[in-house]
Amino acid sequence: MTYIAKPKFAHPSLQPNAVGYTRRDYEGRVSTLCAGCGHDSISAAIVQACFELDLEPHRLAKLSGIGCSSKTPDYFLGASHGFNTVHGRMPSVLTGANLANRSLVYLGVSGDGDSASIGLGQFAHSIRRGVNMTYIVENNGVYGLTKGQFSATSDKGSKSKKGVVNHDSAIDMVSLALQLGATFVARSFSGDKAQLVPLIKAALRHKGAAFIDTISPCIAFNNHAGSTKSFDWVREHNEAVNRLDVMIGRSPITADYAAGDTVRVEQHDGTVLTLRKLAADYDPTDRIRAMGFLQERQAAGEVVTGLLYVDPEAEDLHDALGTTRTPLNELNTADLTPGSAALSGINASLR
Amino acid sequence: MEPTNIESPDYFHKVVDCQWACPAHTPVPEYIRMIAQGRFADAYMVNWKSNVFPGILGRTCDRPCEPACRRGRVEEEPVAICRLKRVAADNKGELNGRMPKPAEAWNGKTVACVGAGPASLTVARDLAPLGYRVVVIDRDAKGGGMIRSQIPRFRLPEEVIDEEVGYITAMGPELVLNREVTSLKGLLAEPYDAIFVGTGAPRGRDLDVPGRAEAAANIHIGIDWLSSVSFGHIEKIGRRVIVLGGGNTAMDCCRTSRRLGGEDVKVIVRSGFDEMKASPWEKEDAMHEGIPILNFLVPKSFTHEAGKLTGVWFEKVGWQTGEDGRRSLKPTGEPDQHFECDDVLVAIGQENSFPWIEREVLDFDKWGMPVVGETTFQSSNPKVFFGGDAAFGPKNIIWAVAQGHEAAVSIDLYCRGQDVGLRPPPGVTLASQKMGIHEWSYDNDISLDERKKVPLLETTLALSSVKAEVELGFDMALAYAETQRCLNCDVQTVFSAPACIECDACVDICPTDCITFTANADEPDLRASLKAPALNLTQDLYVSTALPTGRVMVKDEDVCLHCGLCAERCPTGAWDMQKFLLNTTQAGGCR
Repeated sequence: MTYIAKPKFAHPSLQPNAVGYTRRDYEGRVSTLCAGCGHDSISAAIVQACFELDLEPHRLAKLSGIGCSSKTPDYFLGASHGFNTVHGRMPSVLTGANLANRSLVYLGVSGDGDSASIGLGQFAHSIRRGVNMTYIVENNGVYGLTKGQFSATSDKGSKSKKGVVNHDSAIDMVSLALQLGATFVARSFSGDKAQLVPLIKAALRHKGAAFIDTISPCIAFNNHAGSTKSFDWVREHNEAVNRLDVMIGRSPITADYAAGDTVRVEQHDGTVLTLRKLAADYDPTDRIRAMGFLQERQAAGEVVTGLLYVDPEAEDLHDALGTTRTPLNELNTADLTPGSAALSGINASLR
Repeated sequence: MEPTNIESPDYFHKVVDCQWACPAHTPVPEYIRMIAQGRFADAYMVNWKSNVFPGILGRTCDRPCEPACRRGRVEEEPVAICRLKRVAADNKGELNGRMPKPAEAWNGKTVACVGAGPASLTVARDLAPLGYRVVVIDRDAKGGGMIRSQIPRFRLPEEVIDEEVGYITAMGPELVLNREVTSLKGLLAEPYDAIFVGTGAPRGRDLDVPGRAEAAANIHIGIDWLSSVSFGHIEKIGRRVIVLGGGNTAMDCCRTSRRLGGEDVKVIVRSGFDEMKASPWEKEDAMHEGIPILNFLVPKSFTHEAGKLTGVWFEKVGWQTGEDGRRSLKPTGEPDQHFECDDVLVAIGQENSFPWIEREVLDFDKWGMPVVGETTFQSSNPKVFFGGDAAFGPKNIIWAVAQGHEAAVSIDLYCRGQDVGLRPPPGVTLASQKMGIHEWSYDNDISLDERKKVPLLETTLALSSVKAEVELGFDMALAYAETQRCLNCDVQTVFSAPACIECDACVDICPTDCITFTANADEPDLRASLKAPALNLTQDLYVSTALPTGRVMVKDEDVCLHCGLCAERCPTGAWDMQKFLLNTTQAGGCR
């Protein structure tokens, strides 16, 4: 951590994006996390993704719970809306905010404690309802704020910094999300921004519940030999199924790949996801086979990363509820209180 | 690329842009920090050791350090290095015995220095404390050379010259004044073990156009005229004055004229404004005093009546590109222009002049310059050394000082019978500045302040006397604020590849996107593929050895703020902030 703020001076080549902001404009306050924390890299990836997407900062809301990961929204997008909620309750607050104002882009940031322990139920229900959001779990497999106890995502058999072996089974958030019906599921690694940034971009453009499990080594308590969330372990066992390029609007696809090496997926809003295959025969639009593949590779000790599943035709909670296109917070009194004639009509329809 | 060899003294020296650009390699950030701490005498001595004349240079230096300053690449203006030097000189107070003492015993060797300008005085200063008997001979009545004769008093008060020349004479060299050396042969016959020639470039170039002879009474050679003003022989000039020439001497001439009765003073220059040789700030200072600068006018003839100058005819020229693609100034065909005036000052350049050196004593080249070793400053006569403007033509004080140091090293080696070609390496230290987890022994918080302006004497007061110093110098508050603009480029980012775990923390925190972890490649490819393109080819890339993932760390030194955040965010101490201090070795320092 550092006491001084990041100096305002920037590289002379720094350019503004289409909405007039430079990448530095998407930064937040200086991080108070431990030096080298993976979470800071994820914050930098979010900054980069929002800059590249030409997102106007005031059109995004960032929500989080409690924990090291949930502190991070203070360290990026300083000009966006933010809500630091109760422990494990981010998904509910996000759902409510999304229902009230569907015009914002919602980014939920949580950790393995916040989402896999105290907030597991909240996590599950927000996913299965298909809330239109990007849900990032900064997964370090340890309770860092309380000095290094195993968390619910610590792998069985992995060792704590003290040398204790974990005897509990791990919750695999990616498998859970697939099972619960998330329409965009990915896993990445804080130490690989080339993979992480396009995934965040695609997720932010995805309509529906987009979930990214990001392994983020805890430098202070979970970066030792015997840990399965350390830089070394993840780098040695990382098996990326694909590499993602995100094309927005009508920008031509310039990357030249041999036929059969890519999968092209067009999302609702026209975002084109070009996936360069790294694992042969991996189809990111087949949920059932994705689940099987994950189980198989996990059993072999691999950490599978990349865009694991995407449903380009996904619908969200607003579609399911048939809510009005106008954000609820913009409805006026006449729309909200249509009068006794309308009430009579409703009553009559229920007789 | 090959991993960077940070063991080479040049690598980190180049990162300290100001020190690298300074001919004398003064450790600039080191003394700026001392000024910030109020250690003015210490800051003065750091300067004095390196550049001999901090008070004089703090007012008059051509400041090669400032265009090089990294701050100028991060925001608009460089740090006001030169004027901070003056702050150290003005506020140093008692030096309390910091100056070297005269040698206790004569070492048996005697050295003559011809001319008492900055180069000769530097040689005297370096050699006298080592036990040499140094005899400095000058034709003028006081020591200082061009510092005293050519720089007007309103830029450089006489007390400052007396003080800094005095520090040198107090160390024992003998000053022989009012003696013009007329024969080097004769001097060589005297019992000197070595002779140093520091006679400068004492001859102002004349302008031979029609009317020059007839109107001679009102046409003056700039440097001679300035010298006469300095020694009190001239106290007045006509009401309307034209200064010909676009260099710093021209600026001194026009500003001096304004103080000696010149009301309508113009500078008329052959070239365009941007191509003028004068430093930008000297042009600004002249214009600030109501002196217009007219460009693209070539003097054709002087007009006169009854032996009295009445004006000058000029031909209008402009840039034209010839068939060979080279730009040159050509007449535009517009009608000639006539400007009326009472006096003309010719400041169109100056030349070396060695009528007193017999050609059989040492070799001269086809341009009439002595053949001098580029690093040794030794002439073809091994006993005779050159330095300052006398060696390689007109430059400025700081070059004369730097060359004086090198010549003194050579003279010392020569007098001890050693090879003058074996130059002593500089003294270099590199020391960690870490004091705590996020605590450094330097102030790493970056000030966003813009360059501070030096307060000036009110113009009517300034123009009322040729001796009233125009620049008042920074006060304490301005000086402190200006010191904080220094980026401490001498505190280096030192990277240890074995300690790095490639967590990206440094990449994420770096405000200027200097750091990239990437696959190694050739320099052009690397420069193009970094997080921010490394387009400034004068600035090096710092490349590590291979890391566990096979990548390398590449840091573009160009706009690094030396804020130390990479080191603060590094969990393993792979980055450290280490102060690089380089002192060039001076005579006697290498024994």
